[in-house]
Amino acid sequence: MHGLINRAIQSFVVDSYGLETWVEATRIANLGFVEFESMLTYGDEVTPDVLNAVSNALDRDRNEVMEDIGTYLVSNPNVEALRRLLRFGGVNFVEFLHSLDDLPDRARLAVSDLNLPQIELREHAHGHFSLVCKSSIGGYGHVMMGVLRAMADDYGVLAVLEHEGSDEEGETISITLIETEFAEGRSFDLGARAL
Amino acid sequence: MTGAAQLETALDVLCPMHLVLSETGKVVHAGPTVQKLQPDSSLVGCGFLDVFDLKRPRTITTMAQLRHTAGTKLHLQLRAPPHTEIKGVLMPAPEPGHSILNLSFGISVVDAVTDFALTSADFAATDLTVEMLYLVEAKSAAMDASRKLNLRLQGARIAAEEQAFTDTLTGLKNRRAMDHVLARHVEWGTRFGLMQVDLDWFKAVNDTLGHAAGDYVLQNVARIMVEETRESDTVARVGGDEFVIILPYANGARVLENIGCRIIDQLSRPMKFQGEDCQISASIGIAFFDPQSPTSVAEIMDDADVALYASKNSGRATQTIYHPSLRNRPLPGAESDPPKVEAQS
Repeated sequence: MHGLINRAIQSFVVDSYGLETWVEATRIANLGFVEFESMLTYGDEVTPDVLNAVSNALDRDRNEVMEDIGTYLVSNPNVEALRRLLRFGGVNFVEFLHSLDDLPDRARLAVSDLNLPQIELREHAHGHFSLVCKSSIGGYGHVMMGVLRAMADDYGVLAVLEHEGSDEEGETISITLIETEFAEGRSFDLGARAL
Repeated sequence: MTGAAQLETALDVLCPMHLVLSETGKVVHAGPTVQKLQPDSSLVGCGFLDVFDLKRPRTITTMAQLRHTAGTKLHLQLRAPPHTEIKGVLMPAPEPGHSILNLSFGISVVDAVTDFALTSADFAATDLTVEMLYLVEAKSAAMDASRKLNLRLQGARIAAEEQAFTDTLTGLKNRRAMDHVLARHVEWGTRFGLMQVDLDWFKAVNDTLGHAAGDYVLQNVARIMVEETRESDTVARVGGDEFVIILPYANGARVLENIGCRIIDQLSRPMKFQGEDCQISASIGIAFFDPQSPTSVAEIMDDADVALYASKNSGRATQTIYHPSLRNRPLPGAESDPPKVEAQS
């Protein structure tokens, strides 16, 4: 798995719970090191091990932790660059949802060896969607739940999200838009760079 | 709606950076995004060439000439600050004498979105500008991460290199580092003195007081040798209790003998380790490398070694300068008892 993903998990734990908790998690996962490099690739088994270790160290349900990671990725100022890159997907939340189909391709444009899981948006009725996540890492759907929740906030949209479990297709999230202009939302200035 | 009005409405959506110019070069209509280039007053009614400076093709000064460029790429620049560079292409409009000019930021778009506070809505849905801005930002973020990794790797490489050339116990140079230093001096044609230093009775310290005492003694020895030599000299630990000192530009035997004498004096003073006296000394062999002479560094090392053995044989705690006659003497004697210290010079 790409270092960026592992590094994101590390940043989440360090920023939210402190360095000590992260060191504890690396010890439980038997990593043998405490620092992931964003630009290196690690074995596929590392990421699930680390996720289990983090849930262990925090004594919290793994799916809950994964949803928090998703929320963190969009809302924490330390990873503002990522929120900005996601906001390039569309001028409103619905357009953003439609851009998710391209998310793995967008990621590859930026970092050619970064392979994000495939996701597919289906529109059932006006304001009602479902998102299917096909990931090798169980619980990726929960990360997407966190991302969507935070992005809805970002766009100022009121949406109800529900994880509908997984089948052979992958994990499914149902998305119902209640109000598209619920709140002001955070501003997105095309020219303001996060870096 | 008239044909012209219908066309303008369509162009506002399809090409929000277009201008419609009259026969005399006045702006008749401006697309919503191009209007943002002159936020304080309407572009309509302005002379096109008063607002924009045509950089290429250079020779054009009149609207009639401009109309003749139809279909070719124009390089323009905003006359007012921030003097943004703009690309354009002009075609005749259906209205007689009118022209339609479509503009684009080209590569200056990254600055332009900030300068003119543009948003995604300012670009046509088919325009790739927003995707390009996404790429610029994504690539900068990725480059930044790569740069940080490179810096860390560079730091690790320097540390590893440092370690590869350092004897970790004493902090002195190791044999590899010594070989490098010697090779460099040979390359530069430096005349240098070479001292082979062997500790006397070090084994006894190690055997009776233990390795911790031995390590302590070695660290002390290293400190003394560094103190007694100059900044430009190289002190290396090349074996358990064997050291080499390289003294560039050492002028004559006298200077080296003085240094050797001081080292032996200092080392012969008992060192206290956890209340116990550690008694050692040193034997030294000296040879000189002369870039003019055909003798190689390896031979000089061997000469210094022969001189060192002569010192060992003459009762230790002594130093000897190499002379070919030393090679004719019969070799060893057994290790003798701790010394009645005598540093000869």
